[in-house]
Parts: sequence; C-alpha cells; structure tokens
Amino acid sequence: MLGFPHAMPLEGFIGGLMIGVAAAIMLLGNGRIAGVSGMFARVLGLSAGGPPWAIALLFTAGLPLGAGIVAASLGVKASFPTSLSLIAVAGLIVGIGTRLGSGCTSGHGVCGLSRLSPRSIAATVTFMATGVVTVTIMRLSGVIL
Amino acid sequence: MRQNLISLASGTLFGAGLAISGMIDPARVRAFLDVTGAWDPTLAFVMAGAILPMAIAWFVVRRRPTPIAAEQFHTPATSPIDRRLIGGAALFGIGWGIVGLCPGPAIAGLAIQPLPALVFIAAMALGVAVHRFAFTSRRSA
Repeated sequence: MLGFPHAMPLEGFIGGLMIGVAAAIMLLGNGRIAGVSGMFARVLGLSAGGPPWAIALLFTAGLPLGAGIVAASLGVKASFPTSLSLIAVAGLIVGIGTRLGSGCTSGHGVCGLSRLSPRSIAATVTFMATGVVTVTIMRLSGVIL
Repeated sequence: MRQNLISLASGTLFGAGLAISGMIDPARVRAFLDVTGAWDPTLAFVMAGAILPMAIAWFVVRRRPTPIAAEQFHTPATSPIDRRLIGGAALFGIGWGIVGLCPGPAIAGLAIQPLPALVFIAAMALGVAVHRFAFTSRRSA
C-alpha cells in the first residue's frame, strides 16, 4: 500500500470479515457477545454471569484451533516480544483492565462499535488513545527502536 | 449440543480470521498504535471488515425475538459511561500497547508461539483474579 510498505489492507479486511461473521454466528446462534475477555473470565470461573461454561470454553478453544489451521495451511508470521517479563506485566494489566472496563478489542471494538453503543465507543477511543500514548512513550524512551 | 457446535465454529472462525488478518502478529498490532514510528494501518481494515457483518447481525437481532439455538439474546445493558469503564479501558490500552497483545490474539497465539502466549495468558488470568477479588468486593457484597 502506498506509503505503508508492510500494510495488508486486503488480508486485513478479509480476516476482519471472518471475525465479524464469527461474532455474528455467536450472537444470532447463541444470543451471546463474542467478547474474548468475558469468555476467558467465564472459562476461569471468575465472571459474574456470562454464558454457560461450555459455550465459553469451546469458543475460547476454537481461537488457537482456527489460528493453527491457518498457520498449517497458509503459514502465519508472528513476532512476539522477546522479554517474557514485559509480556507478563502487559498480561496482568490487560487482565485487570479488560474486566474493569467490561471488554476488550472484540467485545467493545467489534461487537459494541457495530451496535453504536456509547459505552463501547467511549471504551474503544480510550484504549486506542492510551495504547498510542504507551507505544509513543516506549519509542521516545528507546524501549522500542 | 447445537449451542456447543455454534460456539466452537464461532471461535474457530474467529481464530482463523485473526491469523489471516495479521492481527495474530503482536508487532503488526503494535505498529498500528505506533503513530510516530512505522505506522501500519492494517488494524483499521480489520475493524472495518469485522464491523460490517456485525452491523447486519444487530439489524437482524432487532427483528428476531430469539436467537437460533437459545431462549433469549443476552446483550449488555446500556448502562451509563462511568469511571470504571474509562479507567479499565485506559488500563487495557496501556497493557495492549506494551507488547501489542490483547486477549483474542494472545489465546489464538497459543497455536503459533506457545511459550510467550502462555506467559501472557497466565498473567492475564492473574489479572482477572485480581479484579475479581480486589475490585468487585464492594459491589458483590
């Protein structure tokens, strides 16, 4: 793409359609929001309310299954950060933040924005903003080169 | 049984979509947030693609009394925007920015890079537990 040599607009859009159809299947089939943080908390038995445990478990287990099928058939490039301690710190913050804020990129970003939910719009704008600020601070302080 | 199959199909398609869209790559996700660096707009195309079918789904929900395999729709109540929502979202964004991982790609990433994915998921589980026992005590009491 012009000016953005690494962007994958077509693959991104097609993969996005698949994510949206997946969330639509969950909503129209089971009447549930395909929010990964909520499903994950339910799997752990740490959410008040939420879908039946089997629904949460099978949805959550499907995520690596689908990714694995794509990786085996088409190949997937993914570069995770090397610092496991940094990953652990980020995971802890994401765990607390997504529960406190009742959702993450899937629940607020996909399911909520498409419903024009004011709460989800506010949440998405907020986590995008603090994400940009965090990455910018890390870049300016030399953590990301 | 039907509910279980729907859940597995939804999760599997979701995970495949994350892999095809490049969102399973934390470096690419973080590059979307990296506006002063080598910005990568791919995530915006993923969001556009995902919102389209879901917007149609919400349209259908308003015209259907019940879901296909369940008794009722469990859609979140339209509660007001409060400090808990904004504070939680702000915190989530910070964690997201640090390594470029959010819950979906991290769990799907178990199939790609098991060790870092597992470390993130274990820490995230701890975070969920911390929230459950530290932040919700007053509300649930």
